[in-house]
Amino acid sequence: MSVRRLHSVQPDSFAFNAENLAWAKATIAKYPAGKQASAVIPLLWRAQEQNDNWVSKPVIEYVANMLDMAYIRVLEVATFYTMFQLQPVGRVAHIQVCGTTPCMLRGAEALKKVCQNRIHSEPHHVSADGKFSWEEVECLGACVNAPMVQIFKDTYEDLTPTSLEQLIDDLAQGRKVKVGPQIERHHASPEGGLTTLTDPSLYEGQRTFTRVEPPPPPPADSAVPPKT
Amino acid sequence: MLADKDRIFTNIYGFHDWGLEGARKRGCWSGTKGFIEKGRDWMVNEVKASGLRGRGGAGFPTGLKWSFMPKVIGERPHYLVVNADESEPGTCKDREILRHEPHLLVEGCLLAGAAMGCHTAFIYVRGEFIREREHLQAAVDQAYEARLIGKNNVNGWDFDIVVHHGAGAYICGEETAMLESLEGKKGQPRMKPPFPANVGLYGAPTTVNNVESIAVAGTIMRRGATWFNSIGRPNNAGTKLFCISGHVNRPCVVEEELGIPFRELIERHAGGVRGGWDNLLAVIPGGSSVRMVPAAQIIDTPMDFDSLSKLRSGLGTAAVIVMDKSTDLIKAIARLAYFYKHESCGQCTPCREGTGWMWRVMTRMAEGRAEKREIDMLLDVTKQIEGHTICALGDAAAWPIQGLIAHFRHVIEERIDQYAANPDHDGAVRRIAAE
Repeated sequence: MSVRRLHSVQPDSFAFNAENLAWAKATIAKYPAGKQASAVIPLLWRAQEQNDNWVSKPVIEYVANMLDMAYIRVLEVATFYTMFQLQPVGRVAHIQVCGTTPCMLRGAEALKKVCQNRIHSEPHHVSADGKFSWEEVECLGACVNAPMVQIFKDTYEDLTPTSLEQLIDDLAQGRKVKVGPQIERHHASPEGGLTTLTDPSLYEGQRTFTRVEPPPPPPADSAVPPKT
Repeated sequence: MLADKDRIFTNIYGFHDWGLEGARKRGCWSGTKGFIEKGRDWMVNEVKASGLRGRGGAGFPTGLKWSFMPKVIGERPHYLVVNADESEPGTCKDREILRHEPHLLVEGCLLAGAAMGCHTAFIYVRGEFIREREHLQAAVDQAYEARLIGKNNVNGWDFDIVVHHGAGAYICGEETAMLESLEGKKGQPRMKPPFPANVGLYGAPTTVNNVESIAVAGTIMRRGATWFNSIGRPNNAGTKLFCISGHVNRPCVVEEELGIPFRELIERHAGGVRGGWDNLLAVIPGGSSVRMVPAAQIIDTPMDFDSLSKLRSGLGTAAVIVMDKSTDLIKAIARLAYFYKHESCGQCTPCREGTGWMWRVMTRMAEGRAEKREIDMLLDVTKQIEGHTICALGDAAAWPIQGLIAHFRHVIEERIDQYAANPDHDGAVRRIAAE
């Protein structure tokens, strides 16, 4: 369990912009009548995106009012789910370094050091120029592309300390960056060439299948003779 | 080795179009209407006969699970919930299905829904999978557009799919925690019984299935249960996505038949163990929650449910984490202990307090700053947590440590000896000497 509290400095208010408000109403309508609380995570998430990527107290109250929920229930949700950032994050990038064992085995600790050197010695602190912040997170589910980081919506995989430094430099300068694997590799396929799915006939024209049916039951006369 | 023509996920690497047109070319969405017309019983029996065991970790027979749903739709609607909250460390297979084969999942939802009398499915995608969710939502939208799902669709079974998402809580992968989360609450597991098949989402009959279990349903019906059952080994039928991570030369996700020997899996698809086979130390064969297996025991083991549980480990999600001899095993497991401490929902005391306690002791043991009698104490604590919590997170936190102690107790003892013998650190020895 992680103990999470709201930030000490809070803005005065929050309200969805017109586009997000329309989106929120459509989202609530996806759930059965009277079950609008189901939309709490999607709404908080959208609010976080609009609110410079963090969740403030006014955000929680606004979402609670919209869903007719008690404030405490939405506070519970915002503090329970760790993707809700409860303090301001870097303007350009909040770098989430996956630190769980599969990434650790392939060098996640070195990535953490890069973040400590380049951004701030402590996680969840914004760098002096306001551009970056970082944290160590638990398994992000890209273990065959370890080590990796996630920055807002995208993942950057197969990193080394050097390529992470480069990534931070590029982001700081506003240069275009490549998402996904940072080495010569296509998504989760093995580096250096495929070992499966190399049969071209799979992809030529329309693929059809013939059902394999179970063998018919043995004819009646071959059945075990009844015991006498 | 499995032939390419027998692989279900032919776009798992995303080289081809993941949209509706591409999926149709690869055979998805063909014959769907016909299967639904054959009726609920036929579909459930087909999945039963295929021998498909749940791909989310526990390996429970999927067809049997489907048959637990009430036969008649009563006052409350039936729901299908698809567990796409893939967060088990080492596991990254559902991610590839969501972003590269979303139509197999959408079609599977319709078939599973029709087989269980559900007119609505919720797909709960983990919060971090944002791009993956975008692909899935696009695929769902395409299916609505083409009237494959929705009201009065061409397949003849009214069906809605809602793509929902979490926000970074591993525990929501537990089925009842997922239902709580879907209802807009903290993801804290419910007591069972009642089981979700009777009282699930919004109090209605619900079945929760893993992404991979649902995504193979269409192909099983197209090619026949007999085809699926002919792959793999008895009681461990079919193909499976393996996620090979850690100290291998070429980590990857790959679809193989269940029961492929460990050595063949790694050699053929992952380029072998880093530094050669003699450099292999231990393997966590099924995601972080299963016990590790030392090299000698696993090398020739078939990778399936039954063979691995004989080794007191498990196939789990088939997330194979390979560790070579450079690995600090105590530290690797201590990091997993931290993971479980971080992800405990805090509801049951043994887990909330125990995971933190185990992590602190494991951290000391990784340094060697411990006493040998504490090893047995730690083992005893793991057993006090295991089986004494509402959900299996407590067990999952206990097993990796039990695996470490069972196979590598000598490593922990050596570390303690080293620490005690070294007077040049800020530890107990020097302090005692100074006193």
